[in-house]
Amino acid sequence: MDRLATTAPSEPSTAPQEEGLSHAPSEGHADARLFGLATFLVADGMTFAGFFAAYLTFRAVNPLPSGSNYELELVLPTINTALLIISSFTFHRAGRALLSGQSQPCRLWLLVTAGLGIAFLIGQMVEYFHLPFGLTDHLFASTFYALTGFHGLHVTLGVICILVVLSQVGQDGQVSPSKPFGLEAAELYWHFVDGIWVVLYGLLYLL
Amino acid sequence: MTVATPQDLNLQPEPGDSLQPQGWLKYFSFSLDHKVIGIQYIVTSFLFYLIGGASAGVIRTELVSPMSDFVSRETYNEVLTLHGTIMIFLWIVPVVNGGFGNYLIPFYVGARDMAFPRLNAVAFWLIPPAGLLLIASHFITGSAQAGWTAYPPLSITTPATAQVVWIISVLLLGGSSIFGAINFIATILKLRRPGLKMMQLPMYCWAMLGTSVLAVLSTPVLAGTLLLLSFDIVAHTGFFNPQLGGNVVVYQHLFWFYSHPAVYIMVLPAFGLVSEILPIHARKPLFGYSTMVYSIMAIVFLGLIVWAHHMFTSGTPPWMRLFFTIATAFIAVPTGIKFFNWLATLWGGKIALNSAMLFSCAFIVNFVFGGITGVALAQVPFDIHVHDTYFVVGHFHYIVYGGSVFVIFSSIYHWYPKFTGRMLNEPLGRIHFALTFIGFNLCFAPHHWLGLNGMPRRVAEYDPTFTTLNQLSSVGALLMAISTLPFLFNVIWSLRAGQKAGDNPWNALTPEWLTSSPPPVENWIGEAPLVEHPYGYGHASGALTLDKATGKDLWTGN
Repeated sequence: MDRLATTAPSEPSTAPQEEGLSHAPSEGHADARLFGLATFLVADGMTFAGFFAAYLTFRAVNPLPSGSNYELELVLPTINTALLIISSFTFHRAGRALLSGQSQPCRLWLLVTAGLGIAFLIGQMVEYFHLPFGLTDHLFASTFYALTGFHGLHVTLGVICILVVLSQVGQDGQVSPSKPFGLEAAELYWHFVDGIWVVLYGLLYLL
Repeated sequence: MTVATPQDLNLQPEPGDSLQPQGWLKYFSFSLDHKVIGIQYIVTSFLFYLIGGASAGVIRTELVSPMSDFVSRETYNEVLTLHGTIMIFLWIVPVVNGGFGNYLIPFYVGARDMAFPRLNAVAFWLIPPAGLLLIASHFITGSAQAGWTAYPPLSITTPATAQVVWIISVLLLGGSSIFGAINFIATILKLRRPGLKMMQLPMYCWAMLGTSVLAVLSTPVLAGTLLLLSFDIVAHTGFFNPQLGGNVVVYQHLFWFYSHPAVYIMVLPAFGLVSEILPIHARKPLFGYSTMVYSIMAIVFLGLIVWAHHMFTSGTPPWMRLFFTIATAFIAVPTGIKFFNWLATLWGGKIALNSAMLFSCAFIVNFVFGGITGVALAQVPFDIHVHDTYFVVGHFHYIVYGGSVFVIFSSIYHWYPKFTGRMLNEPLGRIHFALTFIGFNLCFAPHHWLGLNGMPRRVAEYDPTFTTLNQLSSVGALLMAISTLPFLFNVIWSLRAGQKAGDNPWNALTPEWLTSSPPPVENWIGEAPLVEHPYGYGHASGALTLDKATGKDLWTGN
């Protein structure tokens, strides 16, 4: 009988309930929230993958009408790329500061990261205003604005997340060395947004 | 063994609990209980099924005669679009994933709820507004006319407001599907009861894991594509508009990158549910457990790389045709493995031919027929002949109705005692089955002949030589409509007057039956049982002492 259908009670659960998940069944389970966020980022990445695939196909099989102006200036986007890459490192410093219990440096690094994100967005706007083509001028223009715009939306959301986390950091705050989830989630998301930009930069500006 | 009794359990009321409505009102609330959410999904989607069915009724009534005389051509296009969109996004996908998934998966992994209960409730509550938006648009601006595929340039040239509303609605439903999928993946991988191994999980868990991976990987692509399509409609960009230098085939690729896996999002969970139902009513272990698991994985992988077999007539180059034909034909292998495993599960079993089992067996028959026409459609020379004809309509409905919907009904007969504590009426269930099975085959089998003879799909009028077969099909549709009545009466009447089921009427070993029916909030009083052999059937009668085998003491406290 035992071979076929065995049930046995498990060890009594000793793990405390996760805070902030009043209904969560956390009987000694690892926190699934970062895993859930990572799964969501896979989905989000697939949205970008779809856009990239469309863009590459357009490039390959739909030549632009002759005389179309699709020149991109390289200096500003390259500076922007550098800003985003640096911001990934500053965010990482914020995380390390939090885990070592230093709230003040953590807040400072978060502020720097948010500032770099805002600088990126401003740079993006400046680029938009100086481009020689508008949204509906030709297929490359439409794809360019759709891709960079969708990414800019992600950066905007990321900056908001960083500012929210910034307001919550503190020894007794919602983000603390013992409860780093908010910061870790924002950091994971920020790295994702940066990574997408690097691919996007390569495809739109360099290819 | 130590058993927790209600007295010494540390039952602390949680702060949120007092805010959760009790009784029937909880089904109208933002409940976080996975069982409530599961029922919310099933009931809501069934209401949408009735609306989708009514639109199918309009279609079949129009097609009784060759002329467009019942509704106008525009209305026919609108109703056709509504039918496809509702049945896919508001009925089958939510029921087999959100409905049964939410109800069963936490039991199967030995958890008290899903990994993210709040996200779960959000995922459900995206559905009613999206559905109402879609249906309301029909009466306000007229609904979209471009079919559920919304191919440009058709979707760019038909009335814009309706198409944009359709896009918003599908985006909301896609979001709901992605949130649900994230929850399932996290629950199955991260919330398993300690000691429960992956290869001990009931098969539905594996099916939902595979389905959720597909949903996470493919649904966002549809969302991105529809965003681009809405730009084309609203901002007059030219992504998919050839007049502005765009490319319609790119839309088709991106659309089918989601919508072919969508077929598996609809049918893989049904595979899982059938794999739960067959062993219990045949009193035999599920045959070939590990091959079932690997087949699901193979279907998930292959399902992602076969999309262009929907596009053999879209100027697809020969190398692409060859690749997608071969990849598609390969899917028949894991699917065939599952088919023969189900037969082997039934083989020599002590089969109880109740309503649940009848629907499940009919599923096997219907699905193998739909699968064979699917392999035929994967062959380029044949596909070019029947592309966009009623042959494809017949094939598709054998998969999603004969496959998924039959399993949904089977599952409702099987799990109704778990949901309510009462049995469904068996004679009424058999009447429902007979009407559905005859009606379904009468409705959709003629489509294959119609398609082979060249009747195009999605058109309100047809050549008069097709009249007889179309009328036959419409009679079948009428029978299917009638078959809903005994079912509806049964589920409502049995709620109050059904025979008391007891906790485990089927003598089942899967974990959801090892608690009371309906189960308590948080599923078990005391620890969740560790079920290492969910399919340990097959003993001489009397040898299976469920009290011992299932840990009944765990929930009664005896």
